[in-house]
Amino acid sequence: MTELRKQIENVIQSEDVALFMKGTPQFVMCGNSSRALEALRAAGAPVTTVDVLPDPRIRQELSAISSWPTIPQVFVRGELIGGADIIEELAQNGELERTLEEKLGPEYRGEGAERVVTVT
Amino acid sequence: MAVDLLRGLLEQAFPGSEVEVHDRTGGGDHFQVTVASARFDGLTLLEQHRLVNDALAGPLGDGTIHELRIRTKGSQ
Repeated sequence: MTELRKQIENVIQSEDVALFMKGTPQFVMCGNSSRALEALRAAGAPVTTVDVLPDPRIRQELSAISSWPTIPQVFVRGELIGGADIIEELAQNGELERTLEEKLGPEYRGEGAERVVTVT
Repeated sequence: MAVDLLRGLLEQAFPGSEVEVHDRTGGGDHFQVTVASARFDGLTLLEQHRLVNDALAGPLGDGTIHELRIRTKGSQ
């Protein structure tokens, strides 16, 4: 396994909520990444973001791990929840908060501030 | 036209379904696809979207699709 792949796996497994996106929360570079981030924020999720843009290999390795072809991708406690459309739909019908509560516990809101991590 | 390509792939993957493909920007690479198929019945959203992604693996992989939005519906 490459070092990069190990780092990506590590983020997926160790972060409560991992959002792989184009850009950062301060400079979102894609409409779908923005939609996913906003839905997660609205649900109060403790989001850790990873920017896939600095190196195309990040996206390649990530998609190889998740078998999901597009960006963004949202993982909760190591499990792929979906891309922007799924996150938005789950947020609208209340499922997103339910999933977060199930996986992170009822006190998940405000557990951690938004964080940005880099993989190289 | 990429719209026709996508519609063809989806209709092939989901026979008897209702398929809509919309070019969101007019630029031919940002798409909204809606598929209503009985094949989605009983599947999670993630599984439903995986089926759509699989059907569009070609144009997703070769860059024809720059951005994809998916909406799935079961038969209900």
